[in-house]
Amino acid sequence: MTTSTVLDAAVPDGPMADKWDNHKFKIQLVNPANKRKFKIIVVGTGLAGSSAAATLGELGYNVEAFTFHDSPRRAHSIAAQGGINAAKNYRSDGDSVFRLFYDTVKGGDYRSREANVYRLAQVSVNIIDQMVSQGVPFAREYGGLLANRSFGGAQVSRTFYARGQTGQQLLLGAYQQMMGQVAEGNVKLHTNMEMLDVVVKDGAARGIVCRNLITGEITSHSAHAVVLATGGYGNVFYLSTNAMACNVTAAWRAHRKGAFFANPCYTQIHPTCIPASDEFQSKLTLMSESLRNDGRIWVPRNYDETRAAKDVPEADRYYYLEEKYPSFGNLVPRDVASRNAKTVVDQGLGVGPLKNGVYLDFADAIGRDGRDAVEERYGNLFQMYDRITGEDPYSTPMRIYPATHYTMGGLWVDYNLQTTIPGLFCTGEANFSDHGANRLGASALMQGLADGYFVLPYTIGNYLAPLLGDDPLTIDDPAFIEAEAELQGQIQRFLSINGTRSPEYFHRELGKIIWEHIGMERSKEGLEKAINEIRALREEFWADVRVLGTNESLNSSLEKAGRIADFFELGELMARDALDRAESCGGHFRTESQTPEGEALRNDDAYAHVSAWEWHGPDTPQTKHREELAFEEVELSQRSYK
Amino acid sequence: MSKQLNLTLSIWRQENAASRGRFETYQAKGIPDDASFLEMLDIVNEGLISEGELPIEFPHDCREGICGTCGVMIDGRAHGPELGTATCQLHMRKYNDGDTIVIEPWRATAFPVIRDLVVDRSPLDAIIQAGGYISAPTGTAPDANEIAVPKEVADSAMDAAACIGCGACVAACPNSAAQLFTSAKLWHLNSLPQGQPERFKRAEAMVETMEQFFGSCTNHGECTEACPKEIPQDFIAYLNRDFVKSKRVNRTMASRS
Repeated sequence: MTTSTVLDAAVPDGPMADKWDNHKFKIQLVNPANKRKFKIIVVGTGLAGSSAAATLGELGYNVEAFTFHDSPRRAHSIAAQGGINAAKNYRSDGDSVFRLFYDTVKGGDYRSREANVYRLAQVSVNIIDQMVSQGVPFAREYGGLLANRSFGGAQVSRTFYARGQTGQQLLLGAYQQMMGQVAEGNVKLHTNMEMLDVVVKDGAARGIVCRNLITGEITSHSAHAVVLATGGYGNVFYLSTNAMACNVTAAWRAHRKGAFFANPCYTQIHPTCIPASDEFQSKLTLMSESLRNDGRIWVPRNYDETRAAKDVPEADRYYYLEEKYPSFGNLVPRDVASRNAKTVVDQGLGVGPLKNGVYLDFADAIGRDGRDAVEERYGNLFQMYDRITGEDPYSTPMRIYPATHYTMGGLWVDYNLQTTIPGLFCTGEANFSDHGANRLGASALMQGLADGYFVLPYTIGNYLAPLLGDDPLTIDDPAFIEAEAELQGQIQRFLSINGTRSPEYFHRELGKIIWEHIGMERSKEGLEKAINEIRALREEFWADVRVLGTNESLNSSLEKAGRIADFFELGELMARDALDRAESCGGHFRTESQTPEGEALRNDDAYAHVSAWEWHGPDTPQTKHREELAFEEVELSQRSYK
Repeated sequence: MSKQLNLTLSIWRQENAASRGRFETYQAKGIPDDASFLEMLDIVNEGLISEGELPIEFPHDCREGICGTCGVMIDGRAHGPELGTATCQLHMRKYNDGDTIVIEPWRATAFPVIRDLVVDRSPLDAIIQAGGYISAPTGTAPDANEIAVPKEVADSAMDAAACIGCGACVAACPNSAAQLFTSAKLWHLNSLPQGQPERFKRAEAMVETMEQFFGSCTNHGECTEACPKEIPQDFIAYLNRDFVKSKRVNRTMASRS
């Protein structure tokens, strides 16, 4: 086992505000005529992948883009509702690059890398320009200029939006731009192709191995550099707001080939989702956080309350957020709202048939502003709720409960977005950078597009320039042949286990362990238990999973089995990371680390660092490497919402 | 607790594009009426797997009506009986105990069956690739507020841009035409100031690519009826206008070069 090292993030010297400009000037350039000699593989076609593929194609690189969907437009970026932040200060309300930077570092509970976050805030303004010029139909004022709103408790209105479909419109913009490059011949698009391995030779990434999801064919693809833009791993919880196919496989297979995985225990739990209604539930639906602006959150005071919500008198209602946090009330940050909901439900005060939710009540808002005003603000959300639950939120309070929504952890990358494997880059939700221990609302879209449009296309040149004249490996190289053989072996293994339980069963059972012990609240005891339970279930999975059918056909059970195998290994690492980080931080509450009032207590002396884990095989725990976090611009402070 | 339904399902099974398909009958027992339509299929599939039978492949992903992956014919209607609703947003409480439900893949020559209920919709991407974008290379954009767009124009563009690319319009059309899909993208881009320079080039290329794959529109209006985003049919009129005009404008432009 190697010893732990301190990681160098290659952050440029100089004042914070000048770092990126200075760095861009120092980056080696690739002559325009030489760019076509470099082949770059981009895996994933969400915001981070499509924007990178399109931009690299425009620059003249020879790009191959891979998606496991039938079309790049299906990527789950499409489901983001709320908006995208940018420090445009169009409202003249005091926003600035520095303020967006400051808010993001603070919101991330001081666990992100300052230089990356500053750059993110700097390029945020370019993203809006770019997307508007591509025809993204952002909301407008009557004068024809762009509209903004305040989002997720921000003190300034810096969020741009396209109705409740901002992610959709931004993704379509990036997808369309990439399709233009496909038409130009600069980007070659591969659909229905799932990346299952990264090929590393002589210490650098040389290409990938994929399975065609329709024919089962395993193929190798070589390149000078590989970019992973494959999204987050929230589906490790089974129930999450992610799409069904979201998975960690691409990032995890890279981890198994030497890329360090950073802060895996940092996951975000969104407070306003519709509670699960039964065991069959396949996913959870997020309702925009804006609902908390007008809805009042409560549960009955009595454990045995049987009256309908509207018949419960005020005295018997427990408005727990308003009582505990008089200044922020129902608008406390996501993590605080989520944890408190779990606390009251765990106490047995939950509402609904399974007693697994809390009320979000609009009766006061309707009484105060009228039904029409409430409908104007939230009509589409109320309709969505009604459709899913069959209940009318105008007359009955909504029931909500937290659900996994986003993962801040991911592959460790340096300032250039390069992983610990030279030539392997990682962008968007798949990397760990920028959000620290908690992501602010409307910042995921911003980061995905910042990485793909304005960061990676510069930084990748620095890696490529010295490689001029080097051909990529040929795909008959032993490195590719071995990787293909290993994958064939894994596929045959799944098809021959012929056990008794479906992949779905194992995924659901794994999700229960993760949610219970590695969710919003963790304890040493629970995490140790989780590691044992995950290991036992993983053994059972490999002995008893039933994957029917063949490799040579569309076979969703086979796809799923491979992804769940990776979730098992990730789940265990999440538990180890959470165990190691014995502090409460961001969305993560360690019961052993709290203030006398029961609030989260961060421990900056011991944990102001990034934990990046190195793989040593499925049965050997990973070793931890540290990247120390220095806070030069933003002063460390403890959050308080009382 | 929710009610439970016992249903009879008649589902199209087909191994691949080359093989002949057939309807198979399945009994779906004890389906909670809080389940979504796709969760009902999940339950059926779990039962099939436990009996050693191949599960039914069906298209799905986000399950919140926005990715456009899902979509099957339910009792002959694209996305089923509820207007403005994708298959994934349909819930079983719309059904009664004892119902029989017929489930088929999208039916269109341009969408060959991949397996069971999953079809190949790549011709929709080909239409976008032909011109469904505004050429604005990264880094070239002026400040976002230098381009004023009247609110009404932006709202109307957004109505069109809401298309999720599911292909229900094609599946519902007696001619398997893709005019609603194509016109939604054309109207989105052609109605905006940013879309003007390439307006007629876009219209000509997208429509001609569409016609390589899909049937002709005869204004039945089934597309709008089936559309989960209720994209209005009148966008097709704008498509026709811009396409006709493109023939003259593009030729004039060519003669100038």
